[in-house]
Amino acid sequence: MQAYIIRRLLALVPTLLFTSVIVFITVRLIPGDVIDLMLTENDIGATRQSRVQIEAALGFDKPMHVQYFRWIGAVLLDGDLGRSLWQTTPVTELVMERLAVTFELGLMALLIALIVALPLGAYSAMRQDTIGDYVGRSFAILMLAIPGFWKATMIMVFPSIWWGWAPEVEFTPFRDDPLRHLGQMLIPAAILGTAMSAVTMRMTRTMMLEVLRQDYIRTAWAKGLGEKLVVMRHALRNALIPVVTVIGLQAPLLIGGTVIMEQIFVIPGMGLLLLEAVSQRDYPIITGVFLVVGVAVLLINLLVDLSYGLLDPKVRYA
Amino acid sequence: MAGSMTSPLLQVRGLTVQFRTDRGFVNAVDSVSLNVDAGETLAVVGESGSGKSVTALSLLRLVPSPQGRIVAGEVIFDGQDLLTLDDRQMRAVRGNRIAMIFQEPMSSLNPTLTMGLQVAEPFSIHDGTPWAAALGKAKTLLDRVRIPDSGARLAAYPHQFSGGMRQRVMIAMALACRPRMIIADEPTTALDVTVQAQILDLLKELTQETRSALILITHDLGVVARYADRVCVMYAGRIVETGTARDIYERASHPYTRALMASIPRLDRDTATRLEPIEGYPPSLAQLPPGCAFHPRCRFAADPCGRRVPMLEKIGERHHRACFVDAAV
Repeated sequence: MQAYIIRRLLALVPTLLFTSVIVFITVRLIPGDVIDLMLTENDIGATRQSRVQIEAALGFDKPMHVQYFRWIGAVLLDGDLGRSLWQTTPVTELVMERLAVTFELGLMALLIALIVALPLGAYSAMRQDTIGDYVGRSFAILMLAIPGFWKATMIMVFPSIWWGWAPEVEFTPFRDDPLRHLGQMLIPAAILGTAMSAVTMRMTRTMMLEVLRQDYIRTAWAKGLGEKLVVMRHALRNALIPVVTVIGLQAPLLIGGTVIMEQIFVIPGMGLLLLEAVSQRDYPIITGVFLVVGVAVLLINLLVDLSYGLLDPKVRYA
Repeated sequence: MAGSMTSPLLQVRGLTVQFRTDRGFVNAVDSVSLNVDAGETLAVVGESGSGKSVTALSLLRLVPSPQGRIVAGEVIFDGQDLLTLDDRQMRAVRGNRIAMIFQEPMSSLNPTLTMGLQVAEPFSIHDGTPWAAALGKAKTLLDRVRIPDSGARLAAYPHQFSGGMRQRVMIAMALACRPRMIIADEPTTALDVTVQAQILDLLKELTQETRSALILITHDLGVVARYADRVCVMYAGRIVETGTARDIYERASHPYTRALMASIPRLDRDTATRLEPIEGYPPSLAQLPPGCAFHPRCRFAADPCGRRVPMLEKIGERHHRACFVDAAV
């Protein structure tokens, strides 16, 4: 098991190196030049000389591959993602500070998705073709069909018209006021979570229907077990194996979703950092965020693979 | 064997089970009546589709719903009609007073739970035994069904067992609460021939030890001869003949039973005589012929056979058959 995890972690290295090349190049393909931006922002006369000076100061006068190797060298040797072109703050520091917030938002969304999807999917399967099943399935389709940004916009707009209430736009960190902080995170997490719950609920329902028809479920009934034990002990675990795959596949989408939610609800996570960095063409921040997201996605995949081992005794990692 | 004066352990009266199909409802089991005495072994014999498995499942009310449903009849077990019990009362019967063993040992055990948990589970649900003690009892049970190294096997999963071993585990599970009756639905069909006899011997031996009645659902007449006290022969959802194993083997009277007997290969017969297959195919339950369901395939079919359904009639002390044709043919 330990050896397996170490091998898997080592296998991440080439994937991440490849990712870093792609990220490094594509970021520089974004139209608009950071130096033009700087010159306009600071109202410096765009003389040829000032331009060359800034290029040299930022290291953009070197060929692209030299820039890349400098950057990746620092990443690999010191874990240093460079410095922001505008604020000269270390990117590692910026990203790490924001990562916690995004991670929290994603985790809350995932928990909400599971709390909604697993019981609803199991219930729908047990009461197949009843009113409860139809309501559950309709809810899932609805959540899937309505885009998150629309839900978020509606929540921003209508309560303020009707009740004079709107979600706070001033972010409260957890350490200042935990309850208030969680309250702020709850709405965006619920929007992301319900969208994610739709696919998971459908998958849970399908798999439960499949599992409930298995011979070993009949054996469980024949032993005299009640419905609760049949479902919780005998059916759910078998049904969850494919559901975990679906959850793993949705994780990258969830990260994409947090970018939008952070923007709408003004939550200072990685998404907001990324959006600001893109509009300012702050290359080191963009590459830094992408690299961290890449690591996160790969780690989630590893976790999904490991969880098969927990659910299915036939899977043993060695 | 209990005398005919005391009431039998199980009395099934007019059991009828319908299934929904594309062509409407069909009677998978039609007015089946049978008795099982305490400690007795009853074999229910028939081809696939004859309704023998559905009969077995109905006794524990495990017919897959909503497509199947019990529409009529009584299942009186130990003086109680099981069909009138509520869910909680029925659960107290299942696995406790009546246990069931299924055909497919490969798929009848839960792949994600340890053998120990699965065997110990009946103790936990029915007797409220704490898990540690229940696992100890499970180990004793595994010893009784002769699973070697039973202590270590408690932590193993079904995929680490062979088919024969899994069926032993199923038997252990069924025996757990010392049921008054065990229903075994084709318990050896999925197993190697060499293992079949071992499993049946074990089942017979252990049910004798616990004085449990055994209903053995099978299509194998060889099994019937060796293990059964009495036999019910089913065809197209109805019982066509019933009697002691001796009645059926030596004095088979229904043309279907006789044809079934003639179609089994026997080592003590002249190898030159050909086996006699039964002409035609079993009928589809959705399109049963009128009258006796067997008459289109019956060599002795006569006038009333295509018009009226024959009822079971007594032709010996415990021997009944449902046929219009003269028994002497």
